[in-house]
Amino acid sequence: MSVDVAGPLLPVVPLITGLIGLVLPLGRRAAAALGTAGAAVALLLTLVLLSASGPFETGVDLADFGDLTVSFGVAINPAVVYVALAVTIVALCVQVYSITYLHDDDRYGPYAAQISLFTGAMLLVVIANDLIVMLIGWEVMGACSYLLIGHDRRLPEAPAAAVKAFLVTRVGDIGFLLGIAVLITAAGTPNLTEVLATDYSPGTLTAALLLVLAGVAGKSAQFPLHTWLPDAMAGPTPISALIHAATMVAAGVWVVFRLFPLYTRSPAALAVLAVLAAITIALGALSATAQDDIKRVLAWSTVSQIGYMTGALAVGSPAAALFHLLTHAAFKALLFLAAGAVIHAVGTNLMTRMGGLREHMPVTFWSFVIGLGALAGLPPLSGFWSKENVLTAAAHATEGGETVPIWAAWLIWISALLSVGVTAWYSTRLLLRTFFGVSRAHGPAGPAWEIGFDDARYQAPSAPHDPPILMRAPLILLAIPAALLGLAAFAPGFRTALELEDPHLGVAVALPMLLLVTGAGTAWWLWLAGFDPAQALGRARPLLAAGFRIDDLQDRLLVRPAKVLARWVTAGDIRIVDAAVTGTGTGTTAVGQALKEAHRLPLPAAAVAVCAAALLLGAIAWWGAA
Amino acid sequence: MYRDYLEPSWGLPQALLIALLAVPLLGAAVVALFPAARDRQARLVATGFATVTFLLTLAPAFSSRGEGWFAYGGRSTVPLLPWVEVDLDWVPSLGLDLHLGIDGISYPLIVLTGLLTALCCAYTVKKVPDGGSGRTLAALLLVLEVGVLGTFLALDLILFFLFFEVVLLPMYAVIAGWGGLARRAAARKFVLYTLAGSVLLLLGVLIVVTGAGTGDLVTLTGAAELSRNTQYAVFALLAVAFAIKAPLWPLHTWLPDAHTEAPTVGSVILAGVLLKMGTYGLIRVGVGVAPLGAAWAAPALGVLAVVAIIAGALICLRQTELKRLIAYSSVGHMGFVLLGIATLSVTGIQAALLGNVAHGLITGLLFFLAGTIKDRTGTGSLNQLSGLRETAPRLAGLVGFAAVASLGLPGLAGFWGEAFAVVAAVQRGGPLWTTLAVIAAIGGALTAAYFLRLLRRLTHGLPTPSVTSAPAGISGIEWLAWAPLVLLTLAVGVAPALIIGDTLQPLTTLLGVAR
Repeated sequence: MSVDVAGPLLPVVPLITGLIGLVLPLGRRAAAALGTAGAAVALLLTLVLLSASGPFETGVDLADFGDLTVSFGVAINPAVVYVALAVTIVALCVQVYSITYLHDDDRYGPYAAQISLFTGAMLLVVIANDLIVMLIGWEVMGACSYLLIGHDRRLPEAPAAAVKAFLVTRVGDIGFLLGIAVLITAAGTPNLTEVLATDYSPGTLTAALLLVLAGVAGKSAQFPLHTWLPDAMAGPTPISALIHAATMVAAGVWVVFRLFPLYTRSPAALAVLAVLAAITIALGALSATAQDDIKRVLAWSTVSQIGYMTGALAVGSPAAALFHLLTHAAFKALLFLAAGAVIHAVGTNLMTRMGGLREHMPVTFWSFVIGLGALAGLPPLSGFWSKENVLTAAAHATEGGETVPIWAAWLIWISALLSVGVTAWYSTRLLLRTFFGVSRAHGPAGPAWEIGFDDARYQAPSAPHDPPILMRAPLILLAIPAALLGLAAFAPGFRTALELEDPHLGVAVALPMLLLVTGAGTAWWLWLAGFDPAQALGRARPLLAAGFRIDDLQDRLLVRPAKVLARWVTAGDIRIVDAAVTGTGTGTTAVGQALKEAHRLPLPAAAVAVCAAALLLGAIAWWGAA
Repeated sequence: MYRDYLEPSWGLPQALLIALLAVPLLGAAVVALFPAARDRQARLVATGFATVTFLLTLAPAFSSRGEGWFAYGGRSTVPLLPWVEVDLDWVPSLGLDLHLGIDGISYPLIVLTGLLTALCCAYTVKKVPDGGSGRTLAALLLVLEVGVLGTFLALDLILFFLFFEVVLLPMYAVIAGWGGLARRAAARKFVLYTLAGSVLLLLGVLIVVTGAGTGDLVTLTGAAELSRNTQYAVFALLAVAFAIKAPLWPLHTWLPDAHTEAPTVGSVILAGVLLKMGTYGLIRVGVGVAPLGAAWAAPALGVLAVVAIIAGALICLRQTELKRLIAYSSVGHMGFVLLGIATLSVTGIQAALLGNVAHGLITGLLFFLAGTIKDRTGTGSLNQLSGLRETAPRLAGLVGFAAVASLGLPGLAGFWGEAFAVVAAVQRGGPLWTTLAVIAAIGGALTAAYFLRLLRRLTHGLPTPSVTSAPAGISGIEWLAWAPLVLLTLAVGVAPALIIGDTLQPLTTLLGVAR
């Protein structure tokens, strides 16, 4: 198959399989086959693109809006193909894994179809060479996340979490749409290649890029629009893997990566990105320390890790950002799918009810070891190499010479460095609390976990065990890149494709390693003392567990004012606008009534009225004649 | 004038234009004459006539267009070139011609009208709302179609006005005859309010016709024969008249009442095509005939449009009645359409045309669904409805589809109109239009907020007793009525060129002076 066919087909195939799955009332097997086939074909198409030589562009015009031609254009280059590869592999793993994970869910059919749609939308964003088409994929993902997060009918908080995910990202998308509109207007075309080549005035460019950043913050869960992500844990666990690893949160990073030539021209935009990234890295890592829900730990770690990517972009190293995106896709997908196996085995999300699972679930345990090691940046796992790249880039930028201001680079470097220690701390805590020690499954609260943890109607097995083959295979498959992808930095082909710098392990590695050992060691030491390391957080724990209460802030600053405003406007609509209309009606009726009454006057009064009127008319006639 | 060079030709296209009006009119007469015992057959016959009309509306797509020879006749712009047209003297003493034509601006709306009327007629075959006989309702739907099609076809101002008025009374009858409990008051409000608008429209039309000496829209469009002040006055009159019909905030309050009380098919026609007459009139007559007036009033129109978007969305956030909520959402959507028109750019008006059609499809579908839910559960109150996806997953899925389409999800029809109205406002530039663009975009997020609130209340959670007791399945006739809307929403979303493919030339003519 030639590349110019495979390219446009790549997002179209999963989108079509998704639509078919939603429309046709398929049985379980057919739905599973369709979903898996869609992801598998997309993976094959990506492999076709991978084998192609050289970048190319192609496109079909969709419509002309005045002078603007919107076209379904695709641009293929190595970066695009690598990200597409990550997306399709994770999507395939999630599809296969879900077959077993949702084995007794009667709404599995639409669920699998929505995953296909989600994958197709992400591929559209990855491959699009037209800002409007990119926006299409961007928002379709928002809708799919809404549907999938709200999938679980037994969780009362699921619908609210779904609405929150859609709405928060949609608020960011106000900026995204406006930013795109500004870029398109000044360039006269939505074609990305031409937009990147346009010579914008600095003010316009900074405004547009800052607006786009609002959308990026929403999608990629960056401060201050990250609040939807932890709540999105109400979705089934495979969906969390999909959202966190391959789609959705990666989209924001990807868009900044695509627009990076523009960002290099705007120090102000990069400075803002740097500040947001620095806050996000630290905020995510600190909030992860205090969670009891295993998925929430992972969710906050995603917030933090995406911060590393945007931080790398801010300090002028898109290659490092992309590398971390790829390794993160591997190890975070692995972690979530493994977390799903744990949840299926013990019947709860809460780590206070886990413990001692290592002997029963060796595959899951080793998946966690590899995933958490990569997350913390333990050499030689993948995360070590990519995180090292980010830190090096930040350290490099503190010496000046990049577009970003030096102080902002320092901010990123410090935040990223300190968070290495925090990440190691909470990763160790998660591993110890889940897999070591004694089982706390039958704690004082009793086995009350059968309701409300996920959608599969679940009976806890008498002893926890590793998941069945369809869930186990994706774990093993994903463990390979999670462990080894970092070594790809030594492969010249991969490195040049990403424009990554040569890996160099200098003295600079010592500092993060020291922090890593300190973090992990502290957590281990606290755990040895026999209690949850999070108890050491003391009074800060509730604050950290609530993610610094930014939810409350959002509620107070946005949600409540909007509600009050809605009340006022509705009241105004009824009491002023509509009242004026009905008032006109009743007023006219009243005047009519009065006139009618006037015509029913008794004789003497009527005679007086007639005479008076005659007099008046006579006076007017006389005055007119004169 | 260039038209002198053309021989008055008679052929299939001309016969087609006449047939577009004659078939539904004949249908209405035939159906009305059916005896009461044959009510069902009458409705079937009405569906037949409506289907034939719909098929006829499809035919002009295959006509050759824009290739004919034309003369500029001393004009600076290319005149309007309808794909097909017919021009007959009707009442010469009034200067009234039977001048009908189709071009890229009106054609999508004509097909939409044909489609929705056919679907509504088919829907009445199975379900006649309480209040009157089914055949009368079907006949009224066909009369409505004559009026709406005539409005979209008319290329003569007086003719346009006549057809614009034809619609009023049948719609009044539909609401008053087959509506809900408070139907009389709602119908009265509807008819009086829109009549007030018609008076202004008549005044505007007469000023134009006396001022320019002709009511021919082809001659009038894009050619500034009216003085500046006349254009200001004309546009002000027309804008208010069309704003009532559209409706534009703050002239919208007839709409929620009318929608809440109207029967399902009435709501569908009202939202799907009747409102479009206002926006279409604004583009065709308002901007076309009084471009200077349009340029003069554009900022005010833009501000009102944005207020409509925000106010509509905020009011929707507090609605607890299903149909009322959808009615108010129409106010917001029409705000986007009017914002597009107010930018007076090709991009903006194309966005408006797309928004128009998309709203017709999506809100038509929403009203069908809302009507069905209300019929089955016996209530439209969101406080008594929840958990629909547990008992009726297909219906809930359709509601979800319509809602996300209505909130402007890209890839579905609603997106293009909203996004490009914003883009057009940004293109217009300057502090005012940039601000308007920003507020409109915020309105887009608020739209998402209230639709998600609706879905959360209606489809999620535990089923209420009224939902549990309602039948879950979707009958064949319902699929037949809804499937075309679903498919077209998707088709227009993927290929917006379906709607705006042939609008560049007529819009350039229309905006010739205004730009």
